[in-house]
Parts: sequence; structure tokens; C-alpha cells
Amino acid sequence: MSILNEISQRLEEGDDAAVPRLVGEALAGGLAAKAVLDDGLIAGMNVVGGRFRDREIFLPDVLLAARAMYAGLDVLKPLLERAGVASRGRVVIGSVHGDLHDIGKNLVGIMLKGAGFEVIDLGHDVPAARFVAVARERDARVIGMSALLTTTMPVMKEVVDLLARENLRGRVRTIVGGAPVSAEYAAEIGADAYGYDCAQAVERVKELAGA
Amino acid sequence: MIHFSPAELEPAPAAVRAALGLKRGVEPSPRSEELLRRALDLFRGLAAPAAVVKPVTAEEFATVFAGRGGNEPRAPLAGIYPRAGRLHLFAFTLGEPLGAEIGRLFAGDFALGAVLDAVASQAAENAARVAERWSESLPVPGAGDGGPWRCFLYSPGYCGWHVSGQEALFAALRPETIGIRLNASFLMTPLKSVSGVLVAGPAAIHRLEASYPFCARCTSPACQERSLAAPPA
Ligand code: B1M
Repeated sequence: MSILNEISQRLEEGDDAAVPRLVGEALAGGLAAKAVLDDGLIAGMNVVGGRFRDREIFLPDVLLAARAMYAGLDVLKPLLERAGVASRGRVVIGSVHGDLHDIGKNLVGIMLKGAGFEVIDLGHDVPAARFVAVARERDARVIGMSALLTTTMPVMKEVVDLLARENLRGRVRTIVGGAPVSAEYAAEIGADAYGYDCAQAVERVKELAGA
Repeated sequence: MIHFSPAELEPAPAAVRAALGLKRGVEPSPRSEELLRRALDLFRGLAAPAAVVKPVTAEEFATVFAGRGGNEPRAPLAGIYPRAGRLHLFAFTLGEPLGAEIGRLFAGDFALGAVLDAVASQAAENAARVAERWSESLPVPGAGDGGPWRCFLYSPGYCGWHVSGQEALFAALRPETIGIRLNASFLMTPLKSVSGVLVAGPAAIHRLEASYPFCARCTSPACQERSLAAPPA
């Protein structure tokens, strides 16, 4: 088995001790950091995402794999930065103002990082203006919003409207999700996408970011 | 006052696995089982359950239920509570330390954090079941009218009772005394808290005959399941 396949496989097993060690070995063996990232770590995470979507594995397995991915990324990061390898895009995420639920949003963030995006997590209880200000300052391509209560969902529309008022609608795309949110609601408020779960959120963000 | 011990609230491992999305018949991986074991240990050490209950009459509850007037025009509870034999306002929390630990873990060991979150969510749901059994254990006035009483917890945010109903519920019950606070979107802190009204009476009063428009959007059809378990009125 090639070392890249082995990295993928250990990552799928959630082995966060073996993955960074193998990444180090791959680099010492002369492989480029970008190849280790794409064909080892991200390749493994893609398999995990697919198996999760097909319900062959469940959430803890995905999170263990993500943890192993992060351990591998820690080894790669300085090299990727030095080589000027860009992330797939920058995404600002948060649970909207008034909402303290953040588990779903956290999962979306973990999966996005696993897919190679740079994630700026604003946490929970995030006002509309802050989403937009940070997206502008950090030149993010996508804003991802999570809401678990019907009473907090209107903040999502505030963000979409604010982006329009500030002429940022084409440049910064929006995705919404959370238990009471639906594709119909996303369309109604003018959001660019809806994610049913964290795996779907990653697919939609890839489309929005053109990655 | 209802007494809760962490032991009786502790969820069965199978319930946590199911809440985390494990398909029936699929074997959990050894690493995920290790996470679950550690999460249950943390739960035992950190859960600080506390509850308040307050008996109310149907007339008193009518004001609480009306709240700010945001309820669905046809909310099932509107037809259920007037037929109840006993009503108690109820609020429960697992306390601040557990929530703080979940938050802390999410910043570091998010896999363990997510499993602990699921354990705590299940435990909060279990608290509702313990409260229901407590109400059922109270003596039935006028003995035996309609067979043994069944009690279910109905909560603001479910079954057409608008989540803004939390405001009136809090004003009547004062869960602040056990450390539960309400924010402007009617969310409780600590997050792992539940509230509502314990409705006890002959099992048939809980039966839902109609299907309501909001049921189509509901992702937690527990009321349908328990309604089916109740005999027809
Ligand atoms: C950016 O793009 C994206 C894309 C996808 C995105 C995304 C962003 N964000 C999320 N996603 C998506 O991906 C994630 C994973 O794949 C998913 O994220 P979620 O965050 O949805 O999923 C989490 C990983 C796991 N899911 C959860 O943790 C929530 C599950 C449900 C069943 C739920 C639970 C477990 C709980 N609850 Co309650 N609870 C419900 C929920 C109903 C449901 N089926 O979702 C909900 C949120 N609760 C509700 C209510 C009303 C309440 N709850 C309460 C209590 C509880 C428990 C404590 C028992 C427990 C824990 C809550 C917690 N999260 O800590 C109360 C409030 C608690 C509080 N602190 O104020 C209480 C107010 C009830 C009461 N009166 O006691 C409802 C809100 C309804 C409304 N009208 O707003 C509710 C929708 C249930 C319902 N009626 O169907 C997707 O939504």
C-alpha cells in the first residue's frame, strides 16, 4: 500500500497518532505537502463523508477522522503556508443572534475544514452586521448561518438583506441550515443554498465557492 | 419537588448511539465506543440536575398557555389540558458545569464534545420521563376514573404551543431559583434544560385524533407516538 493510501486509511479509522507520523514520513520521503494534503488527508476525508452520507458510519466516526485529519494538518500547515498553497476558500460561519445552539454549526465547521476550507467561526449569538463585517474584512466567499429556533431564523434574512444593501451579494454567497430551516425557507429569504446536514453543507459550499 | 439523581437520568448507550445516527444493526467502532464510555463518565461527574414544579389549575394554565398569543390556531394542547385531572408547571436543568465542559471540549476534543452533548441531550429528555412518572405516582383524586392516569410533558416550542410561551411559563414558575435564565429568543441557559406543563389524567385525553398542519414540519414526532399508545377517547 502506498504511503498516501495508508494515510487515507488511518484517517478513516480515526487514528490520530498514526496520521501525523505517516504525514511526516511521506514528507521525509520527498512527497510534496500539497500531494499529501490532497491525495492523503482530503482523499480520506472524502471517503469518510461518503460513508457518513450513506449511513455506513455514524457521527463519532466522522469526528474521530476529522481529529486525525487535523493532527495531520498540523504537520503540513507550515509547509503549505511556505509553499503559498491557498485553501479552497474562506468561509465565515456562526449561529445567528439569539441562538445558543452551536453543535450543528460546529459540525459543519469541522467538516468544512476537513474538506480544505479556511473556516472563521464566529461562535453563537452572532448579529447580522458581524457576519457581514467579518466576511468583508477577511474577504470570505461564503457566509454559513445556523439556527435551531424559529424565533432566530429571521436573522438569516437580515444577513442576506444586508449583503444586498452593501452590494456584496454576488461576491459573498450564503448558506443556511439547522433543524427548523428548509430549502423553501432558504429560497424565500434569498439565501444561495441550504444544507440539510453537515455533509450536504460541504457539498453546497464547494459549489458556492466554485471549489 | 421532584428528586433527580444523575443515575436515573443517565441515558442507555443504545439511545445515545441512535441519537448520534448509528443505524440499527451496524456495529459501532471500538474508538467510538471508547468515546461513549468517556462521555458517560464525564456526565456522571458533572451533571447537577435540579427541577422546579408548581401545581396550577386549568384556569391558571389558560393564561400561561395563551402567552403572547403566538400559538397555532388549532393547538392540540388547547383541547387536552382542560380535560386533565392535574397540571404542574415544570422546568429542569442539568446545570452549568456540564454545558461548560461541552463548550470547552468543542474547542479541543470535539469528538468527545459531540458525544457528551448527545449524552446530555438524552439525559434532559429522560428528565421529562422521570417527571411524568413522578406525576403518575401521585394519588388519583376520586380514584380510578377512566383507569390509571397517564402524564405527558407538553413544552413551549412543540405541538403548536409557540416557543414565546416560555415567557409566561417563566413568569408563573420562576425557574431562575434553580439557575435557569431565559434570553430574548426564549432560549434557556444552561442549554441542557427543558420546560413545560405536566398534564396528568385518563390516558385517552392525550390521544390526538386530527393531524395538524405543523406536524408536517415537525422533526420530533414524540407526541404522535405517545398518542398512538393512548387508547381512543
Ligand atoms: C451553514 O449551513 C448549515 C448547514 C447545515 C446545518 C447548519 C448550518 N446548522 C445545522 N445544520 C445541520 O447539520 C447538523 C448536523 O448534520 C444539524 O445540526 P443540528 O443542530 O440540527 O443537529 C445537532 C447536531 C443535533 N440536534 C440537536 O441537538 C437538536 C435536536 C432536537 C431534538 C432537540 C434537542 C436534542 C433538545 N432540545 Co430542543 N431539540 C430540538 C431538536 C429537534 C431536531 N430534530 O433537530 C429543537 C431545536 N428544540 C426545540 C425546543 C422548542 C426546545 N428544546 C429544548 C430542549 C432540548 C433538550 C435539552 C432536550 C435537547 C438538547 C438541545 C441542545 N441542542 O443542546 C428546549 C429549549 C432548550 C433551551 N436551552 O432553551 C425547548 C424550548 C423545549 C422546552 N420548552 O423545554 C424546538 C425548537 C422549535 C422552535 N419553534 O423554535 C426543536 C426544533 C424541536 C421541535 N419542536 O421540533 C443540521 O441541522
